[in-house]
Amino acid sequence: MVVKFVFGLALFVGLVLVPKVLLAQNTDSVNKVNQLKEVEILQYRLNKQHSSPVPQQLLTEHELKRINSLSVADAVRYFSGVQLKDYGGVGGLKTVNIRSMGTNHTSVFLDGIAIGNAQNGQVDLGKYTLDNLEEISLLSGQNPNLLQPAKAYASASSIFLKTKSPDFNTKKRQELNTDLKLGDFGLLNPNITYCQKLRERLWSSVSTSYIHANGRYKFRLTNGVYDTTAVRNNGDVERFRLQASLFGKGRDSSSWNVQAYSFLSDRGLPGAIVANKFDYSQRIWDRNFFLQGSYQKKLNKLELLLNGKASFDYMRFLDPEYVTDKGFLDNRFKEKEGYFSAAFKYAIDKQWQVSFSSDYLLQDLDANIYRFAYPTRHTFLNVINAAYTTDRFSIQGNLLSTSVIDKVEAYLSAGNKQVFSPTVMFSLQLFDEVPLRLRGFYKDIFRMPTFNDLYYTFIGNTLLRPEFTKQYDLGITYALAFKQSKVKYLDVQTDVYYNTVTDKIVAQPGANLFRWIMYNIGKVEIRGLETNVKIGISLVKDLELGLGINYTYQEAIDVTDKNQTHYGDQIPYIPHHSGSFLGRLDYKKWKLNYSFIYTGFRYNQKANILVNYMEPWYTHDAAIGYSFDVGKQSLGVNAEVNNLLNQYYDVIPNFPMPGRNYRLTLSYTL
Amino acid sequence: MRKIVGIWCLALGLLSCRKDPRPLPAEVSLVEPDPTSVLTGMYLVNEGNMNMNKASLDYLDLINGVYTRNFYNQVNPGITKGLGDVGNDIGIYGGKLYVVVNISNKVEVLDVKTGKRINQINLTNCRYISFANGKAYVSAYLGRVGDPTAANGIVAEIDTAKLSINRTVEVGRQPEEMAVVNNKLYVANSGGYSPPNYESTISVIDLNSFKEVKRIEVAINLHRLKADRYGDLYVTSRGDYYTIPSKLFVIDTQTEQVKKTFDLAASNLAIDDDKAYIYATAWNYIQGKNTINYYMIDVKDESLLATQFITDGTQKNIEVPYGIAVNPYTKEVYVTDAKDYVTPGKLHCYTPYGKLKWSVTTGDIPAHVVFVK
Repeated sequence: MVVKFVFGLALFVGLVLVPKVLLAQNTDSVNKVNQLKEVEILQYRLNKQHSSPVPQQLLTEHELKRINSLSVADAVRYFSGVQLKDYGGVGGLKTVNIRSMGTNHTSVFLDGIAIGNAQNGQVDLGKYTLDNLEEISLLSGQNPNLLQPAKAYASASSIFLKTKSPDFNTKKRQELNTDLKLGDFGLLNPNITYCQKLRERLWSSVSTSYIHANGRYKFRLTNGVYDTTAVRNNGDVERFRLQASLFGKGRDSSSWNVQAYSFLSDRGLPGAIVANKFDYSQRIWDRNFFLQGSYQKKLNKLELLLNGKASFDYMRFLDPEYVTDKGFLDNRFKEKEGYFSAAFKYAIDKQWQVSFSSDYLLQDLDANIYRFAYPTRHTFLNVINAAYTTDRFSIQGNLLSTSVIDKVEAYLSAGNKQVFSPTVMFSLQLFDEVPLRLRGFYKDIFRMPTFNDLYYTFIGNTLLRPEFTKQYDLGITYALAFKQSKVKYLDVQTDVYYNTVTDKIVAQPGANLFRWIMYNIGKVEIRGLETNVKIGISLVKDLELGLGINYTYQEAIDVTDKNQTHYGDQIPYIPHHSGSFLGRLDYKKWKLNYSFIYTGFRYNQKANILVNYMEPWYTHDAAIGYSFDVGKQSLGVNAEVNNLLNQYYDVIPNFPMPGRNYRLTLSYTL
Repeated sequence: MRKIVGIWCLALGLLSCRKDPRPLPAEVSLVEPDPTSVLTGMYLVNEGNMNMNKASLDYLDLINGVYTRNFYNQVNPGITKGLGDVGNDIGIYGGKLYVVVNISNKVEVLDVKTGKRINQINLTNCRYISFANGKAYVSAYLGRVGDPTAANGIVAEIDTAKLSINRTVEVGRQPEEMAVVNNKLYVANSGGYSPPNYESTISVIDLNSFKEVKRIEVAINLHRLKADRYGDLYVTSRGDYYTIPSKLFVIDTQTEQVKKTFDLAASNLAIDDDKAYIYATAWNYIQGKNTINYYMIDVKDESLLATQFITDGTQKNIEVPYGIAVNPYTKEVYVTDAKDYVTPGKLHCYTPYGKLKWSVTTGDIPAHVVFVK
């Protein structure tokens, strides 16, 4: 590895540093522009988080570039309240559980439109690379934005991914961002994003990413008596993404964009490392395509936002260890989705605003499995919203109506459902001169049973009801940016919350091991505390220090049935304590990064007993980067070491995570 | 390095650090002792949920009433990842205890007295075990690994002295339980990997030639297969879980034909002397829950008995009956409760009169029981 690294560095020096000497000029003005930009971004982030009535955590492009992350999944680990379910490796499934309510209660939005998965309701965040993202934000409750699709009101928490969009104010006619990541597990990951100004008020952009990794990494198993080291098998992955977009602005105040997205993936499915079985041969192929667009227009006091999407997803699962009378088990799933949303916002006066959004979502699933129901779901979402805002106080309330109609081609349908869900949120600046705000929200929302929950052969149960969550949150925020001080900014957000999950959908045994059934039986009570502190300090001239600490305490207990022995026990996979620390040091063109992530002990099954106990895990990551400008070009190199202390750990039992590993990123921007 | 971690943990106050790894300790519970017991004890395999690697072996000292959970790990801490994933069957032959571990693709051979591991026999997707004439017979779902045309399962013949596989024979798809009668091995085929095209036969293997000599047509998706002392086989059919219900069949090994059909669901059974002890768990779609039944059959004349083996109403505390065994000397009945499959189960002991004698907490999914003389 060291050899690889030195070689990479030498190559970089040879190719990049030498020409730099010849071309070094005119860089100061570029630097100044960049610095200004960073101040603006900081101010934007502080404002957004500080005045938000719901906890909002943000990672902007600059931060995303610096933290040791390959995908969105790696990045969200730095947010508080998040438990990442990570099966390990580049291709392993990575989903999030926010504030212990369960993976299905988090929606993921790409440029304002939800990424759907009617089959199991979960989005694999490992599929989304960071190279073309401008921002990742996590919102508990819902986005307080008044002009947005009704879908954005329809989940307990949301992750918003924003892809890079061209800057209409720039004088440039084109922009190129490229990088190449190389690393352990045979990682090869080139990314290119190119934006071109086609004419006045019209930009186009093309973005592509390729990932190849053999996924082989060492893991160690020991109980103090046995001590076995082996190499992860079947973790190979090959992925390709191609995205093209058009961005336009009308002569009036309107703006629009259209994007086409395609994603191809071919990977092995690494299995559970159990006694005497370390090797697996199952494979998964994914094909995802979508076309989505957005149009926004302001007419005096009225604002209009239209969104639409059509998508097609194909998944094939092959299991050579499961031989049927027709050969290997070979399941294929095709999901089609159509979506349209219209949102209106009306400003009555300076304080009062009202809005209305209406969405229609069509989801259809086909599969080649036995006794498949071929379900189609029509979802109608309508929401009315009212907000009152003054300089020091804001309050917002809305009511969401959800109507769901399920149709099946065979067997039984789950029928129709109608639910009304209210939300209230507020933010109050306590004193005139102190940037200290009190905020809070209440949200009542649910998740629909997924197609798998309702219709999957043998396990599906069409009698299922939706799974409900109620959230109560109260927090304080403090944010200040200082102009003439060593301390550049200070940003504190602390929230306490109480959530309940009722009618939780859980798999329970049926007549035998082949026959699990989904039931609405779980009940969970969650009490938590989250705190985020960020501070920026200018140590001496040119030496900037940034520190960030996240801490989460959660008590998430099972209150399903008083007669069960595990009544009152902490639910699986939720640690009491978790947190992260981020430290960064900037000196001229050098950037140094260090991060620490901690997840406390957890239990991997319902009963809080020794056999279900999982040790805490904590990883130290570090990175050093150097970047410089050559004329209008910018070059960078970033070397990362992940899991510095080589801790062997599992997030999911028997799915070992990688030990110490290295990555090198070379980037070029024009 | 350790120091750095230590400082960190200190700095983060409440957070705790990892402890040095150590084997999972055994745990002991006390139940009512039986100082006069002829049997010295019993072993119980907890299947453990798939992918969790939580198969475990418990031991009950019947004479002293000492129940030890996680016995395997205590005796064999040096085996990587322990007993493994999904313990599927257990058997004793001679001085050796055999544990079939399904997902771990192995048959563990232990010393009956100490529980210490003697050997391991690798067999892909192995399911159940039977014994005869110094041989162990193990059914396995997969004949040839990675061959899309090899849908049929096998039975492997293991020499109990050499502890290696002698011969294998191809049977139906996804073979389950077996029994030996008159030097013939009867194997219940399920075909569970290919619904709705289930198997519906028992494979008959001649133990001399180790060839399949016949298939007996019974019903779809066969599972349990137990022999009584009159040369009859009691075989359960799981049905298709939808429209075709589970049933119990009696096969006469003389004619090798179905002799009697009980239109009663049957999940598992134990035969002792002239009595078969049976329970059935069936999913009821209308009520949205399981219905559980317990009943007994006289195997001498294949008739349903009016008596029950649980008479004090305590069966209502059993969520999902998952294993059953009858003490051949005291006639006490042992029933396990797998509950929700992901929490520790229970082992209940009933007196011959059907009264609950004691209960003890087991590992996850207590399932298969064998007595030690």
